[in-house]
Amino acid sequence: MLRFIASRLARAALTIAMVVTFAFIVLRLSGDPAQIIMGADAPPEAVDAFRTAWGLDEPIWVQYFSYFWAILQGDLGRSMRDGRDAIVLVTERIPATLALTLPALAIKICLGIPAGIYAALHRNSLADRVVMIIAVAGFTVPSFVLGLLLVLVFAVQLGWLPSGGQESWRHGILPVITLGLGGAAVLARFTRSAMLEVLGQPFIRTASAKGVPWRAVVTGHALPNAAIPTVTIIGFMVGTLIAGAVVVESVFSWPGVGRLLVVAVANRDLAVVQCILLLVAITMVCANLIVDLLYGLLDPRLRAAPGKAA
Amino acid sequence: MPLVSLTGLSVAFDGAPALRGIDLSVAKGEAVGLVGESGCGKSVTWLAALGLLPNKARISGSVVLDGQELIGAPPAILEKVRGGRIAMIFQDPASSLNPVHRIGKQITEALALHRNMVGQAARSEAKRLLDLVGIPDASRRLDAYPHELSGGQNQRVMIAIALAGQPELLVADEPTTALDVTIQAQILELLKDLRRHMGMTLVLISHDLGVVADSCERVAVMYAGRIVEEAPISRLFSAAAHPYTQGLLGALPPMDGPRRRLAAIPGGVPEPWAMPPGCAFAPRCAHRVAACDAGVPGLIPLAASHRVACLQVAQVAMPRESVPA
Amino acid sequence: MKPGGALLEAEGLVRRYAMRRGFFGHAVEVRAVDGVSLKLERGRTLGLVGESGCGKSTTGRLVLGMEMPDAGRVSFEGATMPQPGSTAWRKLRARMQMVFQDPLGALDRRLPIATQIAEPLDIHAIGAASDRSARVEALLRAVGLRPDQGARYPHELSGGQRQRAVLARALATDPAVLVCDEPISALDVSIQAQVMNLLLDLQEQFGTSMLFVSHDLRAVRQVSHRVAVMYLGRIVEEGEPDAVLHDPAHPYTRALVSAIPHPGRTGQRMVLQGDPPNPADRPSGCAFHPRCPVANSFCAREAPVLKPRADGRLIACHVAHGEVTAGHGFTGQEAA
Repeated sequence: MLRFIASRLARAALTIAMVVTFAFIVLRLSGDPAQIIMGADAPPEAVDAFRTAWGLDEPIWVQYFSYFWAILQGDLGRSMRDGRDAIVLVTERIPATLALTLPALAIKICLGIPAGIYAALHRNSLADRVVMIIAVAGFTVPSFVLGLLLVLVFAVQLGWLPSGGQESWRHGILPVITLGLGGAAVLARFTRSAMLEVLGQPFIRTASAKGVPWRAVVTGHALPNAAIPTVTIIGFMVGTLIAGAVVVESVFSWPGVGRLLVVAVANRDLAVVQCILLLVAITMVCANLIVDLLYGLLDPRLRAAPGKAA
Repeated sequence: MPLVSLTGLSVAFDGAPALRGIDLSVAKGEAVGLVGESGCGKSVTWLAALGLLPNKARISGSVVLDGQELIGAPPAILEKVRGGRIAMIFQDPASSLNPVHRIGKQITEALALHRNMVGQAARSEAKRLLDLVGIPDASRRLDAYPHELSGGQNQRVMIAIALAGQPELLVADEPTTALDVTIQAQILELLKDLRRHMGMTLVLISHDLGVVADSCERVAVMYAGRIVEEAPISRLFSAAAHPYTQGLLGALPPMDGPRRRLAAIPGGVPEPWAMPPGCAFAPRCAHRVAACDAGVPGLIPLAASHRVACLQVAQVAMPRESVPA
Repeated sequence: MKPGGALLEAEGLVRRYAMRRGFFGHAVEVRAVDGVSLKLERGRTLGLVGESGCGKSTTGRLVLGMEMPDAGRVSFEGATMPQPGSTAWRKLRARMQMVFQDPLGALDRRLPIATQIAEPLDIHAIGAASDRSARVEALLRAVGLRPDQGARYPHELSGGQRQRAVLARALATDPAVLVCDEPISALDVSIQAQVMNLLLDLQEQFGTSMLFVSHDLRAVRQVSHRVAVMYLGRIVEEGEPDAVLHDPAHPYTRALVSAIPHPGRTGQRMVLQGDPPNPADRPSGCAFHPRCPVANSFCAREAPVLKPRADGRLIACHVAHGEVTAGHGFTGQEAA
């Protein structure tokens, strides 16, 4: 088990290093941060001074290695905009983002999984078709369209809820629903197909032939097996808790990590962007690690000990 | 009085008939074989009897177990019958067991349902059952998962689960088809032993006449959703009357004697949605006459407990000396 | 071409695989085939019998040169099999074809079968394009299909018809050798008989040599001139089918024969204990000793070699050769 975790951690470190490198290259190739931050009409001397101050006059690979070295020491750099530590800038935005993504995750799970199970159990019924039509719609409509639609109906037409900002919990309702519905649709589709697959397995027939009542066949035999593929999707959703709300935060002017990312990218604020990407990569990797461990828990076939006699 | 009798049992899926009127009764303590090729309905018969078919199956006719009608019976009745009075085991033992539950749990589940046994009592009974079906080191195997056992051992576990409810009838649906030859022999011997010691009634479903001959006293041959011949096993091999049964016997490669060309039945089984108007076997039959297409022939008694569904039976059923097998 | 005379010979074939055990286990060497020698004669069929995992299918692929052996050699018409991928190998492949168990898997679902039957002719540039349709028609007829059925797609045919189409495709290049890997086990009994009859007809008509790989001794007797029984990567007995079936010499063959369910079987069946062994966990000495009813301690130490008995039957068993007296086996103990 330790070897398994160690190899996973090594792979995770490699993934994170690649993400950091990739972000560095893309951001530096797409424009000169000094020019962008100082403005197009800034005097050349000021721009040069900025470059020297931030080490931007060094050869690009020196910048890369000093940056990488700093990250290894836990120094994520300072924002080129206001000089504050990038890590502080990012972490103070996390609670706002989690205030959206955590309730949304709850909606996805509480709505998507039961809907998927119900649809699978009543395959080809009217309810199944309705659930699937809604799911396909939720699947294909982009979140900004859904968000704007909700704003149009509940904020503009009905005037029940605010259209943007973060002044009270009521401001969070529309963004949470926007995020939650889309994810619930994805999860419903996945759960349904996982359930259908399991319900067609011979061991379900065995359970029924044993005299197990249908309800217990579903809960005791089908669900534990269908959980295995469903966990993958939930794991992916957990991985997007930090950065999964970029679009929705923008639509609803919600001051979370996503908005910070949009602004930082526009400003070529390298340290902040890197910091966010690092955070995203870490949550993704952690979520994947948890999923892998859960697999072992859910599926005994994956935790076979070496040399076990068959 | 028979233990189970099936009368006019018919099943259709999406309008295509899978069973077209099965009449069969099974007496207490006997072993009946159900033989036929894929799609003939031999498995569907018992899945329908136990209400294990998907909802889209249209079932008619009657299945009576000890005076209790099973077709259309409420779930509570069927759940008591399944595993408790009629148990069933299936072809592919590896996928017939739940991969995420331990062997012990899958046995004790049946014990709890049919014998109200839980906890330590259930566990020691489960161990006894594993011993009974010949699984070595039973107490340790209770905590194993199906993937940790071989195919033959998994089929033994399936049998242990089936025995847990102390059923009167065991329906074994191709129990050895997925297994290696030497393991097939082990499982057939085990079924025989259990029958001897527990007086259990057995219905053995198989495509292999040899397997049935080995374990059963009586056999029903099915073709395209109907029973075409029913006879004691020795009589079937010495005096098969239906051209299809004769064809099946002729298709078996002999074990000894000169190597003759196999008497292959020409053509293939009719599709359920394109059934011939009369006898379903007529298009492949060497003895076909115009009358064969006029109507579906019913089972006619030929001798003591020998029935055959063939209009031409008077002409073609001259008992043959013996069939090399 | 008259029957008889070696067409293809395999000597001491060994095929090893590295297999990872468990989730993080280290690789274990598995000998799927462990020193198999066999001879295919012109116009004759050799049956290869054994249970799952005994290496019979791997042997079939080695013989065809679809896999390279780690040791040993295959020679065809007296010359060593060329390297896979070489021009000479490709040329030879046209003369050696394989038929698999699952005809649906072996056929391309998107193409009518006539196109698929013509494909080997295109690949190996055999015959003029103008004669192609006549050749395909002749092949369809040879396997008992109607020429108009060539326009059908695989899913429009029954299982038996599909296996006929696979055979027609295999025969397109007029191969000298046909390896049939469980060609009938996925088919219904009455269709099995059709395909076995067809194999015999085709052999008579084209003089093809066949390697018939099967777990079914009765089917092997029906179509083969010789039979070799494999256990855990080695041939344990080889001889004439009737002789082997009526007087099996190796205890494993005896168990296989006694396991055949058939009416009128007399006497007590010899039921082997335990499961077929795992090739990754090969027992010491004779691989069969943990399941053998007559093994003694010598069998657990020394592996027997395959050698002829006085009557010419090849057997690999200390007891059958009278080298040791029959023991009582190890079946009382639980074999791993």
